[in-house]
Amino acid sequence: MTGSGDTSEGTSARPAGGPEVDRARTQATSAIPPFYSAPRLSTAQEISAAVISGEISARQVAEAHLERIAEVDGDVHAFNEVTAREALDAADELDRRVALGENPGPLTGVPIALKDNLCTRKIATTCSSRILAGWRPPYDATVVRRVREAGAVIIGKTNMDEFAMGSSTESSAFGATLNPLDRSRVPGGSSGGSAAAVAAGFAPVALGSDTGGSVRQPAAMCGVVGVKPTYGMVSRFGLIAFASSFDQVGPIARSVKDAAILYEVIAGHDEADSTSLDRIAPSVVSRLDDGSDKIRVGVVSELVSAASPDVASRVHEAAEVLASAGSMVDEISIPMCVYSLSAYYLLAPAEASSNLSRYDGVRYGLRVDAPSVELMNIATRSEGFGAEVKRRIMLGTYALSAGYYEAYYARAQRVRTLILQAFEAAYEHFDVLLAPTSPTTAFAIGSKVDDPLAMYMSDACTIPSNLAGHPAASVPFGTGDDGLPVGVQVLAPALAEPLMFQVAAVVEHGAPHSGATVSSQGTEQASGMKSQVLR
Amino acid sequence: MSVGQTSSKASKSQDASPRQPGVPVSGWEAVIGLEVHCELLTETKLFCGCRNRFGDEPNTSVCPVCLGLPGSLPVLNSRAVELAMRIGTALQCEIRPSVFHRKNYFYPDMPKDYQISQYDEPINVNGRLDLPDGTSVGITRAHLEEDTGKTTHVGESGRISGAEYSLVDYNRAGVPLVEIVSEPDIRSGQQARMYVSELRAVLVASGATDGRMEEGSLRVDANVSVRRSGVQDLGTRCEVKNLNSLRSLAKAVDFEIARQVALIESGGVVAQETRHWNESASKTMPLRSKEEAFDYRYFPEPDLVPIIPGDQWQAEAIAGMGPMPARRRERLVDALGEEAAGAAGFGSGLHDQVVTVVELGLDALVLDAVQLGADPRLTLSRAANEVAANLEGVARLSVDSFERLISLEAKGKLSATQAKAVLSEMLAKGGDPTDIAKARGFEVLASSELAGVVAGVVNSRPKEWSRFVDGDEKIVQFFVGQVMKETRGKADGKAVLAELNRLRDSSKASPD
Ligand SMILES: [Zn+2]
Repeated sequence: MTGSGDTSEGTSARPAGGPEVDRARTQATSAIPPFYSAPRLSTAQEISAAVISGEISARQVAEAHLERIAEVDGDVHAFNEVTAREALDAADELDRRVALGENPGPLTGVPIALKDNLCTRKIATTCSSRILAGWRPPYDATVVRRVREAGAVIIGKTNMDEFAMGSSTESSAFGATLNPLDRSRVPGGSSGGSAAAVAAGFAPVALGSDTGGSVRQPAAMCGVVGVKPTYGMVSRFGLIAFASSFDQVGPIARSVKDAAILYEVIAGHDEADSTSLDRIAPSVVSRLDDGSDKIRVGVVSELVSAASPDVASRVHEAAEVLASAGSMVDEISIPMCVYSLSAYYLLAPAEASSNLSRYDGVRYGLRVDAPSVELMNIATRSEGFGAEVKRRIMLGTYALSAGYYEAYYARAQRVRTLILQAFEAAYEHFDVLLAPTSPTTAFAIGSKVDDPLAMYMSDACTIPSNLAGHPAASVPFGTGDDGLPVGVQVLAPALAEPLMFQVAAVVEHGAPHSGATVSSQGTEQASGMKSQVLR
Repeated sequence: MSVGQTSSKASKSQDASPRQPGVPVSGWEAVIGLEVHCELLTETKLFCGCRNRFGDEPNTSVCPVCLGLPGSLPVLNSRAVELAMRIGTALQCEIRPSVFHRKNYFYPDMPKDYQISQYDEPINVNGRLDLPDGTSVGITRAHLEEDTGKTTHVGESGRISGAEYSLVDYNRAGVPLVEIVSEPDIRSGQQARMYVSELRAVLVASGATDGRMEEGSLRVDANVSVRRSGVQDLGTRCEVKNLNSLRSLAKAVDFEIARQVALIESGGVVAQETRHWNESASKTMPLRSKEEAFDYRYFPEPDLVPIIPGDQWQAEAIAGMGPMPARRRERLVDALGEEAAGAAGFGSGLHDQVVTVVELGLDALVLDAVQLGADPRLTLSRAANEVAANLEGVARLSVDSFERLISLEAKGKLSATQAKAVLSEMLAKGGDPTDIAKARGFEVLASSELAGVVAGVVNSRPKEWSRFVDGDEKIVQFFVGQVMKETRGKADGKAVLAELNRLRDSSKASPD
């Protein structure tokens, strides 16, 4: 109808990827076997250096990761589609350029996993929804273009909660992703596929999107680093919108340094996004060794009390790490925090109800035929959207309806302003704030799917940053009583990413070594697998 | 009347046969507000780089943004904002910081299923438009928004219901519009027509639009209600859509007024609804009722930032914008001189000429020629008639040669008929008026020669002559015509008339 072949591809069956998850089957399974190859090749920084120096080819790196995916992703289902052919072609092209003496960029040859709500030219971009199954965008998202230009190799599109609505990746239309550390658990969400891919060694880095915690919460649950930048710092062009005034693309990595490198690649002004800040990406990598001496750190008591005792203990231990590094640590109470969840679950669904209107069966994606356009719209959306998406569309539509707008949307907007002001006031006394990322470690698959409110609660500690538009980073810090990773959040004021990364590096450095986090497992692995990667 | 009357009355047919439309109904007053959508004359669309042009192959001026593809985002075209500021200035509005909202409803020709529009914080508010008849209409707001695509319903009905299938062209989707909402200050179809006509002239003069109603560059909806004379409360209004020409606007408004008055007088109640003007049936027909009306769920567009029209930007936007038609008409009337200005009141032939000349943009030509010494009234008349009839020829007409032509006629060196012939050749081929007149053998008869011809004509028509002498003024034109025929148009009409009067007066003075 649009006359554009690229946008109206058939709505074939579900994309390639892992099998539908059989929950019963997964209950008994445990962590996947450790996998790490040579530790010095486990980070983006090391891969890029090795490829540029010619020590290893981009193709070898891509093949090693594709192999790893082929071996293990059947059990994890981190990917909706593995783009093996495109990855190998891109790797060959990088190798050719390196052979000519070029330096393609800071991510040369680094495999990257992209959340399936980031538009990739000619590669299916589905938001893990039936309504977009098989849709191939005619363009790349700005962040996708930037990582390509920095030399990254796109290895696949990762599973997510449908349209990023969820905290467990269970609302995907293509089946849940399992936590690679314990396959009876969720990986968190909505960027669960990206976090799982990084944790499972399918890619050293990934991009997710964070609307209410969707990068940080799964990063915490999978034991990796996740960052939500300042709103407007990273372009949203090509990020399929969930809630436009909250959405930010953010890096997921196995180290703070890799997250910082990826952040520098994706951040900075983009003319195609009117809400993009008119700033160049700040230098954050250069700040990672600056320590936290004399930095004022506030531990947000309302957010700590929202967490389970074991998680709360890790936050206090992280605070001690900072204190012993010279920071001035104190408790701070931000009572407005408790209204975050209520405000968010009115505003984000309101925006979503409008953003998702375009999936009407007229131009692209699924169409379920019916005798009239109106009935076709209804049939398409009834069949195309899952329960959680429908729930939020209805919630948002209601909040915006005549007669309710003032009581719900407008009032929630005022609460949002108050929360922003409360955080700004806190930052008059503190440089950064500390909080749990997720109130609990990864929960059991299926345990919250029938209780939306309990599911929503798992974003209680991350949502305030989205309401305020402030940056926050989740850093793995020890484990909970169940042995699964805990994430500690470093919150910072708008545009204070350099300081945020600086403090996050100190937290990371002081984190206890636990057998549960994949990265520390990797470091402890014998170097016997190096040959496997290097061939 | 109040809205909340009994439902039995409300259920009366909304199509009660109306009174004669267009005739003011005594004891009733109509209250009309107009919403005019004006397509802006930008190179590109409002939120993307696609070409903004009428008549392209369907779905060729489209991109991910104006197709609303997932992940795409709008980027505001600053030229559209500047044209909106020009419109605001032309309509004497207050130009303010503004924000975009989303207007949510499902329709296949709207790619995002919401329209990006301005809602309670529009860029232009509180303006007014002065009409040629001396009245003025308040402008509530003039805000920016994007256009929708175009749907063609294929099937017998031509409407979405019952269509076999529908075709959508998204070339128009995202084209910048300014919607100009008037205060309910209009009282008749005639005034509504005058308002839109003047508004179009203002919009064209501001450079914001080409004003082509037939191409949809200007689209008009009318809100019409009626109330008994002297009553303050407004009646229930109906919105009338599909008014594609000035003529149908006046007809539809008058029809709607008559329909509502007839309905109320026969005991019915006007239902708040949207009605469609059916041109072939010459009547309005119900489209949807208030109960079926959309809840648009407006909320601030999170993908865009507020527009802050700073002084500097406003000044740049309106730089080079000429005076508006009302001011240009004033100047023209002033140039006519005091005596003529008195005769140029609304409704006079002179006023019509002034309006025409300004509307066609010929006022500069007239003023310049007058400046060079041409007779103002004659210049205005030739511009409003002969020049207006051949607008393509204006480029070939220099001010200087136009002035010389007018002066030849004014001095009696060319008759009116001859002057018109010379002017049309100047418009068709260019050239000097004296040369053309010479080549055509035009020269006004010398007065001695003229007297002979007139005397001959008078003598050969004694019967008609005595009627003229007896006071039949009308028959003088017969004699003028005869003289013109004899002289093949070389005689000067005024001189002929003067000679005829002289002869009559002298024959009266000397009794038989
Ligand atoms: Zn476009």
